[in-house]
Amino acid sequence: MASSLRCFLRTGKNAVSALQRREFHRTLPVAVQVTVRDALNQAMDEELERDERVFLLGEEVAQYDGAYKVSRGLWKKYGDKRIIDTPITEMGFAGIAVGAAMAGLRPICEFMTFNFSMQAIDQVINSAAKTYYMSAGQQSVPIVFRGPNGASAGVAAQHSQCFAAWYGHCPGLKVVSPWSAEDAKGLLKSAIRDDNPVVFLENELMYGVPFEMSEESQSKDFTIPIGKAKVERQGNHITLVTHSRYVSHCLDAAAVLAKEGIECEVINLRTIRPLDVESIETSVMKTNHLVTVEGGWPQYGVGAEICARIMEGPAFNYLDAPVTRVTGVDIPMPYAKILEDNSVPQIKDVIFSVKKTLNV
Amino acid sequence: MSVRSYADFTTQATFEIKKCDVHKLDEAPATQVVMTRDEGLQYYRTMQTMRRMELKADQLYKQKIIRGFCHLYDGQEACAVGIEGGITLSDHLITAYRAHGYTYTRGGTVKEIMAELTGRRGGIAKGKGGSMHMYCKNFYGGNGIVGAQGQIFETYNMAALWKLPAIFVCENNRYGMGTSVERASASTDYYKRGDYIPGLRVDGMDVLCVREATRFAADHCRSGKGPILMELQTYRYHGHSMSDPGVSYRTREEIQEVRGKSDPISLLKDRMLSNNMASVEELKEIDVEVRKEIEDAAQFATTDPEPPLEELCNHIFYNDPPLEVRGTNPWTKLKSVS
Repeated sequence: MASSLRCFLRTGKNAVSALQRREFHRTLPVAVQVTVRDALNQAMDEELERDERVFLLGEEVAQYDGAYKVSRGLWKKYGDKRIIDTPITEMGFAGIAVGAAMAGLRPICEFMTFNFSMQAIDQVINSAAKTYYMSAGQQSVPIVFRGPNGASAGVAAQHSQCFAAWYGHCPGLKVVSPWSAEDAKGLLKSAIRDDNPVVFLENELMYGVPFEMSEESQSKDFTIPIGKAKVERQGNHITLVTHSRYVSHCLDAAAVLAKEGIECEVINLRTIRPLDVESIETSVMKTNHLVTVEGGWPQYGVGAEICARIMEGPAFNYLDAPVTRVTGVDIPMPYAKILEDNSVPQIKDVIFSVKKTLNV
Repeated sequence: MSVRSYADFTTQATFEIKKCDVHKLDEAPATQVVMTRDEGLQYYRTMQTMRRMELKADQLYKQKIIRGFCHLYDGQEACAVGIEGGITLSDHLITAYRAHGYTYTRGGTVKEIMAELTGRRGGIAKGKGGSMHMYCKNFYGGNGIVGAQGQIFETYNMAALWKLPAIFVCENNRYGMGTSVERASASTDYYKRGDYIPGLRVDGMDVLCVREATRFAADHCRSGKGPILMELQTYRYHGHSMSDPGVSYRTREEIQEVRGKSDPISLLKDRMLSNNMASVEELKEIDVEVRKEIEDAAQFATTDPEPPLEELCNHIFYNDPPLEVRGTNPWTKLKSVS
């Protein structure tokens, strides 16, 4: 109860309606509206409280309350030893974080955006991802690298890249990409509790989006398993597989298509690596059609991997048409609004691709 | 009413400027420098143009006509203008994301810069780059991602090893985003951080100080002595970017104090007026002209159309045959030309 009170006090939104719905003596599940930002904040708060080895470091995470306010209030609550402001030196502080993880702490290393992680990518891959293998099981690296990933609005080429495919390529890393507030909270808690390096790809445009969070998800022990996709919407005609912000696009497209009698099954991957191929296969074996939707570039991307895996498994024989990939346009992100809008998948692109795949 | 003719004004004067702190140098830039009336007027006009341009950008950003990131330069004008005063347009310059001032001193027009900020086809990068990615001849941007430490030491090493004629400039405006330099640096004597590379610490609010130091540094490089470091002590009035109010990690009093005591444009103006190098009316006239130029540029920047969709995929490769680019789905095939 305390955590749900905290939820609506923090967001302020729908506080009155939540109160009105609340009946203290009943056990009816009560949902509250929580933004993705607040869900991430709660996840870190709960894990910092639960395990004193957990700490957060990154640029502006402490005294500034976080560049995107995701770590708001944490420094005030936990102090300098648990919430650490670093200089603007990604390679340096990522290395320090990996070392801390090796020595027994459980760091959360924030990159202000994953574009900056390229400054530190050697630490993520060579120091974190590969070490357990190279040491034949002697040295684990329980670290979480988190931060916003992918396109934002008008931030141009160097600040808009999606890193799902790059990090998803590497054995030894787990790569998570939440969509909703529930995803964000449950998956971040799992990532922090995981004894392996996890790359946690958030999305800046989703931070302020409120979602209903179930009573269950308000518990301090609520976690979502890494490596399991979720069917957000059931359907019989076609499967849409996607992750992060594009889950919203797919659900919106599905609503439009439903009016025309096309029922889409929308699968929210939740995890990029390990990929839940089984969930995709089960769905494709029912619908016989598959469209993948992502913000990243097409070549060697998440959709490309899904296509390959489908072909290698039982679902291939159930396909009535080749798999369609909806992706970002294969160019660096332009700045001008009209160009940027045409560089990423829109809802209409999803609708178009569904119809082409179904040949309607 | 008698009209003052230009013959009434002093054509040049000598000014006393602050001595630079030096590191591993036997000499320092001069503390007595000459500025001509023409130079003074030119610096005044350039700095005022830069100032008004940034303030206009602030306005347009708040109106949501400029999007994304916008890192403003107001307060730091003496740095860009002073540096350009000490080098030539055939020298090469590169900077980070707080780039509008340098784009202007390097040859970009206010119109092109503002139209780039608003993402229009008349922008200096045709609307494709935005605030942080502006380029012109011998100016390599405008860069969004900066490696604040490790890479710079690697560069110092190679520059010194190979005696490269490079001036490394640190515009120390006291804060790295929202973190003060004391909280981010074990040593805030940035001009000494080149270790074996000599360095200068310069008053970055005084355009003459910056110019003199730059001339000194450029001579050092051109005479084959290798690289040199310049730390310009300066200040930004705005926050780190337009999404940072800039008052959570510093006080309004501090900002006001700098504005009142060390504003680079005021400093220059006072010097010129007290040495009879210009009249109040003359400078006011420049202000009026500058204001008009900015208004015209803003007008252009808000009415110029956005880039055409045909531009979307161009400029992937240089000097290459036209290329087919995948759109958002397999049926959309777009065209890219160099």
